[in-house]
Amino acid sequence: MKITLHIWRQKDSKSKGFLEKHLLDNVSPHMSFLEMLDVLNESLVSGGKEPVAFEHDCREGICGSCSMMINGCAHGPQAKTTACQLHMRSFKDGDSIYIEPWRAKAFPIIKDLVVDRNSLDRIVEAGGYISVSIGAAPDANSIPVSKNIADTAMDAAACIGCGACVAACPNGSAMLFTAAKVAHLNVLPQGQPERKTRVKAMVKQMDEELFGGCTNHGECQEACPKGISIDFIGLLNRDYLKASFSRDE
Amino acid sequence: MTLNSNIPDGPIEKKWDNHKFNTKLVNPANKRKYNIIVVGTGLAGASASATFGELGYNVKAFCFQDSPRRAHSIAAQGGINAAKNYQNDGDSVYRLFYDTVKGGDFRSREANVYRLAQISLNIIDQCAAQGVPFAREYGGTLANRSFGGAQVSRTFYARGQTGQQLLLGAYQALSRQIHKKKVTMFPRTEMLDVIVSNGRAIGIVVRDLVTGEISSHLADAVVLATGGYSNAYFLSTNAMGCNVTAGWRAHKKGAYFANPCYTQIHPTCIPVSGEYQSKLTLMSESLRNDGRIWVPKEKGDKRPANEIPDEERDYYLETRYPSFGNLVPRDVASRNAKERCDAGYGVGETGLGVYLDFRDSIKRLGEQAIRERYGNLFEMYERITGENPYKVPMRIFPAPHYTMGGLWVDYNLMTNVDGLFAIGEANFSDHGANRLGASALMQGLADGYFVIPYTIGGYLAKVNPGEVDENDSAVKEAVNQVEETTEKLISIKGKQSADYFHKKLGRIIWNECGMSRTKEGLEKAINEIPKLKGEFWENLSIPGNSKTLNQELEKAGRVADFLEFGELMCIDALTREESCGGHFREESQTETGEAKRIDERFSYVSAWEYKGENEKPELHKEELEFEHVKPSQRSYK
Repeated sequence: MKITLHIWRQKDSKSKGFLEKHLLDNVSPHMSFLEMLDVLNESLVSGGKEPVAFEHDCREGICGSCSMMINGCAHGPQAKTTACQLHMRSFKDGDSIYIEPWRAKAFPIIKDLVVDRNSLDRIVEAGGYISVSIGAAPDANSIPVSKNIADTAMDAAACIGCGACVAACPNGSAMLFTAAKVAHLNVLPQGQPERKTRVKAMVKQMDEELFGGCTNHGECQEACPKGISIDFIGLLNRDYLKASFSRDE
Repeated sequence: MTLNSNIPDGPIEKKWDNHKFNTKLVNPANKRKYNIIVVGTGLAGASASATFGELGYNVKAFCFQDSPRRAHSIAAQGGINAAKNYQNDGDSVYRLFYDTVKGGDFRSREANVYRLAQISLNIIDQCAAQGVPFAREYGGTLANRSFGGAQVSRTFYARGQTGQQLLLGAYQALSRQIHKKKVTMFPRTEMLDVIVSNGRAIGIVVRDLVTGEISSHLADAVVLATGGYSNAYFLSTNAMGCNVTAGWRAHKKGAYFANPCYTQIHPTCIPVSGEYQSKLTLMSESLRNDGRIWVPKEKGDKRPANEIPDEERDYYLETRYPSFGNLVPRDVASRNAKERCDAGYGVGETGLGVYLDFRDSIKRLGEQAIRERYGNLFEMYERITGENPYKVPMRIFPAPHYTMGGLWVDYNLMTNVDGLFAIGEANFSDHGANRLGASALMQGLADGYFVIPYTIGGYLAKVNPGEVDENDSAVKEAVNQVEETTEKLISIKGKQSADYFHKKLGRIIWNECGMSRTKEGLEKAINEIPKLKGEFWENLSIPGNSKTLNQELEKAGRVADFLEFGELMCIDALTREESCGGHFREESQTETGEAKRIDERFSYVSAWEYKGENEKPELHKEELEFEHVKPSQRSYK
């Protein structure tokens, strides 16, 4: 396959970026999208040119490192698939592909396609946990959790923290991420004691980072490689509202 | 130097309790005066950092990823073992201990394994309390499954994402301590050396991967939780960033490296599709419960699989191992697949693959039943290969997956360098020569949550807090050395990328120090690797400079270490003239071609001491004693 790439290049956070054009004429349809970028980089390096910096690690769709807009879609055209699991057979011979970094105020660009997503970590630090110290746990079966609740918690916990929801949102909102983190813990019996403080603290932190507000576009759900539902945003809003009117701290 | 494993006295079931009681404690008011460095934030590193923070120590945690949540523990699929006996099927701490020692092919320490089995109970309690969404029964109790050929159901799981959920649990506990300012987190920061002064670890040298700044961090103790080295093979199921750098640089500063040749090759991975292949993807070995493995009887038969009639198919595992068939252990399944492919019977474009065929199960149980059991795995397979495994057989091939070897540690998980600890996959201690399914997660969390928080106290109680000195000449020396090496790499200005050399190295190690090894092959590898290393230092190309984010420079540093470490893997394999666990030494087999362990000569841990550049490493042996589990030969015929 012959592929024309237009890739975002940006030297560092302060420099101005631009789209750079590359032609690849020997792309196998069996290559993963990132392997196609490896091939490009290999040729750049052996020519003494700087390769395209991009984030990746497990290449199995679970670590959440990979993060790029492919033809305007977070993680590319295939539903429920991270960029690393996307294969070149999803494209046609002669296609042009535009590759850009996540674009959101809360994700400053570090270099080329690499952005800083630590704002998501700070939301978790604000309250995305159950405060149980090591050694203080009762026997695991002493807290029964109904299968439905456990399944709902698992659906929310499947979030890989890649930030596609933020990148896809016209407002750059992190509502789906925050909602998934809140819901995972707030639906479980173990999470009840901190249910209200958790949601308030995490939403507060989300607002302090430069994320936009949620206006129910639903783009986040479409872009999420793990298929996390915007129903969790409803749960977040409900919990937040209840917590706001509660006297508990 | 003699190796002292410091295994406590007393009966095996009392050793850990006695040891905890006899270990000195640090006064609670003094804990905040001690600084601990933890490198790596996978299951072991994140759980240790969180626990140290809770106890009151000051912690600095480092990871090279952009967030601690991305460590490769996240990719573990299957589950985590614990001897809870929730299923009332006869499980016990002793049985888990027994299975793990036997599964490790009698090359692990009984005392460590027993402690691991004991602690397995606490891990599940802790994780459930943290909100890890384990699979549940309708009554609300925890669900279990049998895994990796175990006779009891002791594996806890969270869909196919157990590693991710356990890591998120540890990451959340860590985040809580970061919020409380007990842990300072340094993401995108790579450790490039350990600072050792007068035989004691006093800190590390790191490079900030964004600014390129090289700096030192000092502490009263240093804990390495830096994972395994499967990427020595280049192609493995490990994440792209996994590396041996922390362990190797610690080794060069005096820490012994134990059993580097012990690696695990997993039988059910998606085969390589071309030269550009960057990594391999594992599929759960549960697939072998319903899939039949075969290759064509005719060499180079290029017909589509479905056109090959039954009588022209070689179901080689079923013929060779009638009692276990397709369910033989990982090492046997992997070795036989490689043997068939090497003999020219492999399938697929590259000839490096065997069929895993669900046709008969689909006929017997219906497609729906198979979809319920393996639907997500079939989808993943189709996403990667573009083939529908309901219609055509899967193609599978073995891939490096886990490394049992690691830094040598004593019962306290301390290396032979004072104050330098190694936990999780980075140490060698619990899995012997072969790891059983669902026990890597168990060990990572056992070390981090429940072992090192006690044992590090025993060490710290013996040293004064803050006595490490910034002006120690060892600090400046280590920083200078890292700066020099970095500039040296950048200034080669050759023609080839780090990956080019990494792939070449991987091919040598895979061929000669993979599943099947010979004296001749290993000697060849030991001869070839230094030549490749020479070529690397002459012809490497790293565009850009060292003062910015430079992913080629990061890779190059790791490949430089793999080139040195790979040689040690082969040297270790050469001295171990027996077949054992995951590795098969061709000269050591039974009359029927099965692995032959030689306990009289090799019942020891190989601990290698670094002797300097281009010098032969020195072998130290820790003899293993088995009081409880009597060594026996495994047979699956």
